[in-house]
Amino acid sequence: MSPGTMIEVTPSLALLLAAGVLCGTGVYLLLERSLTRIVIGMALLGNGVNLLLLVAGGRAGGPPVLGQTEPEDMSDPLPQAMVLTSIVITLGVTAFLLAMAYRSWQLNGHDEVQDDLEDRRVAERAARDEVSERATDDPGEYLAEPNDVVVEAEARDETRPELRRGGRKKGAEPNDVVVEAEARDETRPELRRGGRKKGSEPNSANESDSGEGGSR
Amino acid sequence: MNWLVAVPVALPLVGAGLALAFARSPKVQRLVSLATLSLSLAAAVMLLVYVDSGPVVMDVGGWAAPVGITLVADRLSALMLVTSLVVSLAVMLYSLAQGFADGDDGAPVAIYHPTFLVLSAGVSTAFISGDLFHLYVGFEVLLTASFVLITLGGTRERIRAGTIYVIVSMTSSMIFVIAIAATYAATGTVNLAQLAQRLPELDPGIQLVLQLLLILGFAIKAAIFPLSAWLPDSYPTAPAPVTAVFAGLLTKVGIYAIIRTQTLLFPEGRLDDLLMVVAVATMLVGILGAVAQVDIKRMLSFTLVSHMGFMLWGIAMTSSAGLSAAIVYAVHHILAQTTLFLVAGLIERRGGTTSLLQLGSLARLSPLLAVLFFLPAFNLAGIPPFTGFLGKAGLLQAGAEHGGLLSYGLIAAGLITSLLTLYVVAKAWNMAFWQEAPEELVPSVPESGRTMTVLPRAMVAPAAGLVAVMLALVVIAGPLFTYTDAAATDLRARTPYVDAVLPDGVRGTGDSHVITESESAQDALDPGEDE
Repeated sequence: MSPGTMIEVTPSLALLLAAGVLCGTGVYLLLERSLTRIVIGMALLGNGVNLLLLVAGGRAGGPPVLGQTEPEDMSDPLPQAMVLTSIVITLGVTAFLLAMAYRSWQLNGHDEVQDDLEDRRVAERAARDEVSERATDDPGEYLAEPNDVVVEAEARDETRPELRRGGRKKGAEPNDVVVEAEARDETRPELRRGGRKKGSEPNSANESDSGEGGSR
Repeated sequence: MNWLVAVPVALPLVGAGLALAFARSPKVQRLVSLATLSLSLAAAVMLLVYVDSGPVVMDVGGWAAPVGITLVADRLSALMLVTSLVVSLAVMLYSLAQGFADGDDGAPVAIYHPTFLVLSAGVSTAFISGDLFHLYVGFEVLLTASFVLITLGGTRERIRAGTIYVIVSMTSSMIFVIAIAATYAATGTVNLAQLAQRLPELDPGIQLVLQLLLILGFAIKAAIFPLSAWLPDSYPTAPAPVTAVFAGLLTKVGIYAIIRTQTLLFPEGRLDDLLMVVAVATMLVGILGAVAQVDIKRMLSFTLVSHMGFMLWGIAMTSSAGLSAAIVYAVHHILAQTTLFLVAGLIERRGGTTSLLQLGSLARLSPLLAVLFFLPAFNLAGIPPFTGFLGKAGLLQAGAEHGGLLSYGLIAAGLITSLLTLYVVAKAWNMAFWQEAPEELVPSVPESGRTMTVLPRAMVAPAAGLVAVMLALVVIAGPLFTYTDAAATDLRARTPYVDAVLPDGVRGTGDSHVITESESAQDALDPGEDE
């Protein structure tokens, strides 16, 4: 598979454009706050990048099987093998991200990606001391009035009264991260009820979580 | 003997499978993890001795480079392998002891052992892969395992921190794949040795783009400023052993990848000035972040970011002396940082918190803990005669030899960072161990309900063991520097690596028959034999 024996190596413009569009939309969605959109963005970006990897092998040729295609007309099999690996990895991570988004929704009643702990602490301090007007503008206000979160959570969870209650409880204290253990236990009954309504599977998942959750 | 290269990867993977199969039997899991990690460590130590006479190459599946996947262990890889496995083993022992102490019969979550072993296999893969795409796969293996470990238990805080970690890691992987695609499109190969031969023929502009893309991907993983914001937020939320192994290994894999690609693929060092500026920023911003922290774990995470700058500095100097010091510093930092996070876990156990505002007078309660924190912390700050001092002295010396305005700026930044590190760890030691506690310390209560007035000895032992290894490094600093000097010379020369991977010159044979050692020697003499 030396480049000398390859057929034309100029890649097709259409594929490159497709990869570009996929990557662009992927990055755009990645900048969103909602984890669901981030997952979709990640999938788009992953596919765009995989396409790019495929394009790296040059123009398509015949199947790279000896006896079926002359070596000069073969397409390069190596990028295809690499893309296969890459697709599997993308798939696995997407599944993991989806599970994470679901868990986040279970715990918080929404799937927004929360601010960095340090950011929140700085904003909180600023909001308390009212040292800096600028700092309180955005995240500070958000923290000072956590009811915003509740409203949002409620809006999202209209279909699920039990979870909404859990969401409100959480929304009332979004800054409180130290008490994760007890917070978890508090949410659990509501969540479990929510799960039971849905079916037996999430329920058992919840139970195994509570078994494992504490120690590590 | 070249099968030895694959042992640190294959063994933990097999072990992970076994551990998963015996998920219901904690005893078997413990045995499997300890056995596989110990055997891998033994193999890595053998490699360390073995590669002193030249890089060891293994062609996976008998497909010789550049067609197949190549595993290469040279001095740098072997040294990193040994260090990482020592650390993994200690952390594994620590987490087992923690499991025992918490009364859940030594079984953390059933998934913990397999995941930890996969992580170890991924780290080893990254260290020995001789192939850009295989390096990516190694990264993905260790990242996927780390995703599971960082969100273990799925609590609110861990999901929050894990989300950011997963997204940032995946983005860096995407950039890496783009870099691989571009490299393959430009050169038609992903084999590192062959790339080393083909890249110089490319247009300098294209080379620069490839170099930037690769560095960008690795720098996110290595938490180089300004790509480091994710780290101080993600690491502290994970359980102590997990944070310890992350802090020790994951960022160093990024640094290793930068060293490997910079020296092998882009020896001209056209981005050195950029790397130097970034190194200054990483050091200063990181350590200033650490100064502001009142939580031990977060403080340690910021010092972790800060000290990545030292290694980057060593790489950016493009001299054997600089590289050698960077390698020594990496080894030192893996040990020191891991130990500190393990000790932070012990402090949390004994004092009930890691907040410096609430801790106090721990030195009286637990003198051993005070010593265990003191030694690695002051090692990190670079007090003589610890390895931190030796590494920094090497860097300063290389910097002075390198000369130039930027270099002196870096020396100044390095000294300031060291002083601030000293301030940070002294403050932490003083507040946590020396001064009176503001209130009665409440030891953390594990699930079984017993309070931990006395630290479990089995948990202290691994941390103490790592401190001992650290001190042993001081004793063998001479041989260590000789070894890393040789490693750095090899890296700069590039020929040992390239010749070992491609013994038959530019193209290699690509022969698909199984190559034994005697045969490969014959092949080297007569490449056309099989045709």
